[in-house]
Amino acid sequence: MILLDRVSKIYNRKATALERINLHIEPKEFVIVVGQSGAGKTTLLRLLTREEKPTSGKIVVGGIDYDKLKDKDIPLLRRKIGVVFQDFKLLPNRTVFENVAFALEIVGMGNKEIQNTVPKVLDIVNLKNKANNMPYELSGGERQRVAIARAIVRQPKILIADEPTGNLDPKFAWDVIKVLEKINKFGTTVLLTTHNQEIVNKLKRRVVVIENGKIVSDRTNASYRL
Amino acid sequence: MKRSWITFTRVIKSGFVNFFRNLSLALPAIAVMTVTLFISLFLYIANITFSNTINQISDKINITVYLSDKTTTQQLNDFENSLRNFPNVKKVEYISKDEALAIYKAENAGNQNLLNAVDETSNPLPASINITPYDINKIQDIKNFINQKQYLALQDSQLGTSYSGDRKQAIDRIAKATKVLREAGLIGIGVFALVSALIIFNTLRMAIFNRKDEITIMRLLGAKPWYIRGPFVVEASFYGVISALISIGVIEIMFSIFSSALEASSLGLLDIGYASRYFNQYLWLILLAQIVLGFTLGALFSIIATARYLKLRTSK
Repeated sequence: MILLDRVSKIYNRKATALERINLHIEPKEFVIVVGQSGAGKTTLLRLLTREEKPTSGKIVVGGIDYDKLKDKDIPLLRRKIGVVFQDFKLLPNRTVFENVAFALEIVGMGNKEIQNTVPKVLDIVNLKNKANNMPYELSGGERQRVAIARAIVRQPKILIADEPTGNLDPKFAWDVIKVLEKINKFGTTVLLTTHNQEIVNKLKRRVVVIENGKIVSDRTNASYRL
Repeated sequence: MKRSWITFTRVIKSGFVNFFRNLSLALPAIAVMTVTLFISLFLYIANITFSNTINQISDKINITVYLSDKTTTQQLNDFENSLRNFPNVKKVEYISKDEALAIYKAENAGNQNLLNAVDETSNPLPASINITPYDINKIQDIKNFINQKQYLALQDSQLGTSYSGDRKQAIDRIAKATKVLREAGLIGIGVFALVSALIIFNTLRMAIFNRKDEITIMRLLGAKPWYIRGPFVVEASFYGVISALISIGVIEIMFSIFSSALEASSLGLLDIGYASRYFNQYLWLILLAQIVLGFTLGALFSIIATARYLKLRTSK
């Protein structure tokens, strides 16, 4: 599902963000990428969403070879990957419903279908009764769940979550993680980055540790100590 | 087809929805656009009025060719026709000896001494031709034409043409002054148009800068550039149209107040009566032009201003 082959990202001579990363993620896997701030986790995700190009190496996601991807087709790639950000990135002037619906509008889905689909997804993240609220009226955890609803509403094969719990209280953080597990159960490949030790250890999933731009360990059912 | 229609209506709709949800950003932008469109329109009308005044002055400037009493009708007709065909000549008017006398008498009706000096039998006044030029800066061309040998023979040997001596100097000064004033008016409008375009552009750029995160988010969700840009363009064009309507409304109100307050309606070079008539005569055209201008500026500038946040190119 996700394949990185000897991928390096060098910003300049002094700053090597990623060095010869090899990573292979199977469909329906739940993979946690851990590492200190600045280890290269976010760079890795930015390469996957094509916000940046690797300096060298090969990336294939969901059958799309990034070397052959044209700039104008980037929107089409991004529609296939669901992304959840640490800072939620909700559209501030749109209601919860509209934020989720936006992901469907841009792929040209009809209004009726949108009216049907969005409530179902809001139900999955337990926000059905907040559909008409504006983002600023929600708690951090609720906002993040809206972001997750938006990321999964197009039923992507891959969900990338970049420190989704980073800005949340532990109580809310766990709500978010539970939603991610639920989605994974439905068959979506989940790639989660975090440096929350407790979450990693409780989840007992495959853990990839990045340090200074290199993968230093990659084990299943692993725990992690900072 | 159906899908692109859905997309199109969504873009339009979210443009309007954004307008109302971002009213706090929209109002300053509309205010700036209104002020600049208002001043542009005001300057335009002022310039038209001013040109009209200058035209009125220019129209009063003409050259008179005094004819010798020996000129035959045939010669006169030939002369008049060739003058009418000369490029810079707007109007040619013949004044016979009798008419000249009548005018003289009318002008000096109160002065018996002057009236006594002339009478029908020995009319000392020459017949003349009044030539009104299009461009008072090029009177010399007409004069050169008149002074060709065959026409020089027709002229009264003493009086010749009125375009000579002190009078020539005065006409040339007026001509030069009106030319400078006209050009200054045009340059002024040009400079102001440029400055106001920059101000409007900057205002829209700021408004869009405030929402650049929104653009980034939409991009990350996989929206195509025009789907993101569209609502901004709709919104900014809408600003333009509203500003156009307000600016016209304000000018309309100003005219109705001024024309009633200043019945005489003339302030030196600015003839408010004329300006008001002009404005009301072309109201629909001005309204249309102003709306098109506001719409175009809003659309064009928002397209340019969003461009930098929409780049899909990824850095290597």
